[in-house]
Formats: sequence, C-alpha cells, structure tokens
Amino acid sequence: MPDLSALRRAISALERSSACEAGDLFGFGAPEIDGALGGGIRRGALHEVYARKEPDSAAAAGFGLCLALRAARGRPLVWARQEFLDVETGALHGAGIAAFGGDPASILVVRPQDAAGVLRAASEAARCPAVGAALVEVWGAPKTLDLKASRRLGLAAEKSGVTLVMIRRAAAPEPSAAQSRWSVAAAVSTALEANAPGRPAFDIELLRHRSGLPPRAFRLEWDRDSLSFAAAPLPRSVAPVPADRPARTAESALRRRAG
Amino acid sequence: MDHEPGEDAALLGRLAEAADRWTPLVALDPPHGLVLDVTGCAHLFGGEAALRDDVLKRFRAGGFSVRASLAGTPDAARALARFGRVAIVPPGGEATAVRPLPVAALRLAESERAALSLAGLKRIGDLADMASAPLAARFGEELPARLRRALGRDDVRITPLRPPPAVRVEKRFAEPIAHQQAIEGALGELVSRAVARLEETGRGGRRFEAGFFRTDGAVRRIAVETGRPSRDARAVLRLFHERLDALADPLDPGFGFDVVRLAVPTVEPLGQAQPGLDGKAIEEDEVSDLVDRLAARFGPERVLRFASADTHDPARASRLAPAPAAPAAPGRDMGHRQEAGEPPLRPLQLFEPPQPIETLAEAPDGPPLRFRWRRALHRVVHAEGPERIAGEWWRAPGQPTRDYYRVEDDEGRRFWLYRAGLYDRETARPNWYLHGLFA
Repeated sequence: MPDLSALRRAISALERSSACEAGDLFGFGAPEIDGALGGGIRRGALHEVYARKEPDSAAAAGFGLCLALRAARGRPLVWARQEFLDVETGALHGAGIAAFGGDPASILVVRPQDAAGVLRAASEAARCPAVGAALVEVWGAPKTLDLKASRRLGLAAEKSGVTLVMIRRAAAPEPSAAQSRWSVAAAVSTALEANAPGRPAFDIELLRHRSGLPPRAFRLEWDRDSLSFAAAPLPRSVAPVPADRPARTAESALRRRAG
Repeated sequence: MDHEPGEDAALLGRLAEAADRWTPLVALDPPHGLVLDVTGCAHLFGGEAALRDDVLKRFRAGGFSVRASLAGTPDAARALARFGRVAIVPPGGEATAVRPLPVAALRLAESERAALSLAGLKRIGDLADMASAPLAARFGEELPARLRRALGRDDVRITPLRPPPAVRVEKRFAEPIAHQQAIEGALGELVSRAVARLEETGRGGRRFEAGFFRTDGAVRRIAVETGRPSRDARAVLRLFHERLDALADPLDPGFGFDVVRLAVPTVEPLGQAQPGLDGKAIEEDEVSDLVDRLAARFGPERVLRFASADTHDPARASRLAPAPAAPAAPGRDMGHRQEAGEPPLRPLQLFEPPQPIETLAEAPDGPPLRFRWRRALHRVVHAEGPERIAGEWWRAPGQPTRDYYRVEDDEGRRFWLYRAGLYDRETARPNWYLHGLFA
C-alpha cells in the first residue's frame, strides 16, 4: 500500500523534526528556570529581550550577551547595533566583554547608521551557519521592524541554526514572531566582602513563549567562569540584623528554604 | 576670475580618470597635460589615427581645446604636442620630428633655457649634433638625458597614476547601455571572464574594481574587497550587488555607459579549493565571507573587530578596528586579566569621552554616596575601590590620576565611576566622571 507507507514516512519525518526541536534547546544552567522552561529555549530561533525601563538597557544588553554566549557554544558572535547607541550608552568595551566571559576576538561588531541597516546586518548574520549567535540591538520601535521582518529573521535563524537575540531598548513589547520574549531589569547583586558589588544580577520576566508557557519571573545571577546562570538568593532584608541579639530562627529557616 | 591651481589639478585628475578608457597607463603632466601609454591599445580603436581622433573628439566635446601627438617615446610625444605640428610620428622618426622644435620643449628650467639661448642654442636640432659630455659638463647630467629621450634614443616609460591591474577585462558597447539589468548582465559577464583568467594562473583576487565609463566622459568606479583571495564569481557578484544597493548616490548612467571594465588590482596565489578535514577552516571562511558582505554593504569602517593594545588606559585597551583589515587576533583578556570567581571588573559599555557627574561623597577620597547622572539621582548601596589608574605621561603629560570605583545603586544598576586627580596632591576639588556601564 503505497499510500500508507508514504503516510508513515511523512509521520516519521514530522517526528524527527519535533525530536530535533526538543533536542536543540539551550538552558540557562540553573535548574529552577530550566525546569520551568522544559529544558531551555530554542537554539536557531529569534528571542527578544526588552529593557524594562530605559535605564535597564545595560542590563538588557548584558542579559542578551549571556543568552548569546550560552547559545553560541564558543562559536563566533555578531553584534549589530545602531551607531548612535555608542553615544547613548557607551561603546562596546572589549575588556568588559572578556570580563563578562566572552571572547572579544570572536565578536564581529557591525555598526550601521539606522535600524534598517541593523536588521539587514542581522539577516546577513542569520544566513551564515558558521555564526553561533547574533545580537541585534534596536532602539525604539522603528517602522521597518514589523511582524513580517521578525518572521523573516526567525525563519532565517531556523534554517541556519543561528540564534538571534534581539535587544529592544526604549520600546514597549509588541507582537512579533519571536520564540520567547523577556523583560529584563537590573537587580541588586549579592554584595561581596567589604560591600563590593557582586556578580551581575538580573530580574527577568518571561513575557511570552511560543509553546504557551505561562509568564514567570526569575532572579538570576551570571557566573562568568562557567558561563551559566544561577538563581540568585533572595535579597537580604533591608534592615540590618542587630548585632546584640540573634536573628529570629524562624526567619533564618525560611531564608534557607528559599535559597 | 582668479587662477586656482588646486582646482586645475583636480580637473586634470578627473580628466586622467576619463582617459583611462583608452589605456590603463595614464600619467599626469602638470599643469595641463596627460601622457597616455597606448602601446598595444591602438588596434582596439581602429589604429593610431582613429585613436587620436577619438581622444580629440571626446575632449573637444567636453569644451577643451586640446592638442595631441603620438610618438615612440613619452618625451617626444610631449614635446611635439606642446610645440610641434606632427600628429603621428612614424616609428623611428622621432629625431626628425623633434629637431625643429625650440629647446623649451625639453622641459627646461627658465635659467637653463636662458643659458642655452645665450650660447646660441635655440632648437633641439642645435643640441642634437653636439657631444653629450660637454653639454653635461656645462648644463648638468639632466639635459643630455632629456635630449636623448626626446630624440627617441632612450625610452623611459611613464609611471602610471594607477598601477596596471593583474587582470583586466572590459566590454565595449556600440550602443551605450543605461538599463540596470543590462549593466548587471555586463558586470556578471566580466566577473566570470576575470575569474576564468584568475583560474588559469592559479590566483585569486582580493580586490575587484568595476569602472563605468559614461559617454560624456564621466567615470564611476566601484570596488569590492574580499578578506581572502577569491575567484568565486557568484560571491564576487553578490558583493557588487550589495555595494551597488548601498550606494548613497546611485550609479547614474546619464546617456549610458559605453565601456564597462573590471580590473583585479590585487591578486594572491590561490590553489584549488580543498576542504579541510575538520569543519574549522570552512567556518572561518564563511565568517570571512560574511565580513566581506557586511563591509560591501555598510563600508569597512562599520564592520569592526576588537583589537587589543598593550596599555592599562581603559579607553585604549580595546579599540574597535575595521574587521576586513584586522583578522581575529588572540588576546582574550584585552589587557585586563581577571581571577576566577570575581565579578566582571570592567564595564560592558564604555563612554568615550567619560560623562561628568555630580557626586556627594562621605570622605574626599572615598566612593560617592549619591551621584547625579543625566538628571537622575542614584543612591549608591555597594561600592568597591579605588582602582588607581595613572595617566600615561609618556603620551600626554599632566593627565590626572584616576581612582576608579565599581558602584551599584539601590535599583541594581552598576556603574564604573572615577575621580580625576588625587585629592590634595593634584587637585583640591576633584571632578567625578562616569566612564562605563556594567550589565
């Protein structure tokens, strides 16, 4: 029966592609969030990172870089950003990227004049399978970045396996073809000795996920040595614990559970 | 109107570009001459006379009064064009043609000409019969050498404005082409012809230059470069497409192009393509192709890579350099090494120049408690520092020492601040700056 065997073939092809889909995920490296996401988010897809407020742009760029580094697995990165962002929030700093865990030598920075150029560079990068991931930094809500443009980027990413991380700054979340959409804000870090700022911390919120996962919020810290996230401990209570009497045991037990 | 030598020189340069249609070997003869080496080119235009007529016709159409002579050596042709009446000198006839010309045709300084004139030597013929030794003794080595070249006894080739390319193919159109499609078709054909020529010699091009010659004499040149030697016709054509697409002022055919030329000025040896056993080399090639495409589209100054410099000045430690010229370099840490377990000590984004801020500090040499940047007030909750970075006195003396602090405000935003100048030693009221943003 040729019809039945054809049907079988079609079904097995479908199964293969869905299996491949499930296998091609990259996790955050923190069991809490990877569990909630069912293993991670798709490699070779478009993901969007929104800065919650304008001053969170640096945090959004940092979080985007974290995702790109995890997705790229040591392969080259392309970072496309509008030229004037260098004035607005400073130019990308190689030593800072190295300090963040990236390899500046494997990053290609493209600095077009306008958003259309940034999207153009992104689609070029998305068509080059040798690229691990591409960061696409867009300011505001340019007209050229519509549903069609994001769908085109998503398709190109799927075909080549290049993970696209679009960093949207000074923009409100809007419909797009992104696989997942995140809102990022800076979070107070766990201070080190002598009250020094600690590892980069982010308050992230999953706004939308293609497979319908419910919106969730996480607080994460980035570990530059292992290139992975860790769930951040709850922020310390703002009121300092008095030195002359011990803190209540119930409260500390609660803290342990949560951490 | 006043005479503007700069404008004249620029015009002569443009005319030299346009003269490129007859031969690639064009040299300037300032202030108002061009020397063309047409060896082996004349047959393309139907002989020397036809070539000369074409030159005269086109320059006259541009509103110039022009004189042209063709001779066996550049000096003879130049002397005849400026001082003679012979249009085309038959082979070996330079001496006869040049003899009646005044000595000024030898490109002499005014003093030399006056000295020759005092000696009664007014025409080249008067000099031609003299022995060169006494001439050299009296007027210097240069004069007999010029004389020999003008008489056709010595042949010194011109130094062309642009060195002849390794490979050059062109297409001429009896009917000028103006349509985008026809232009692209011509370009496609030229690219495949050039690629075939490169393949014969086992070379690949690093730079491809298309010249579009308009009927009215204007020339537009468009070049693309590749990161590694290439003779992939499709890839090169794609780069040209990117380049033509991205032109700020598009290719204007006017009344049409009658010559389209493709030159490959930079070539390198390129063996037969042989994929490596690991995919690494292929990947590198793909990234290098991506760089070419992006550079063709946005210009090489917008496609960048980090280049590290051996300095502790943060602003110079990692600068961005055009990627096409700077291949991926080792040097992971960009001049700043970090221990494992530390948080990032350098910001992801750096302001250049640093932004001035207003601060309120507890102690004059401590971190700030609060600071105001872009009209927003930030309350510092965590701070670390100072990390003292002295100015590079060997580059620019007198720069104040900087004390850097890593601070975090109560909303979790992390900043890299510094105080310029050591308190009490270099300045009484140090200024504060914000230099970078941590993620």
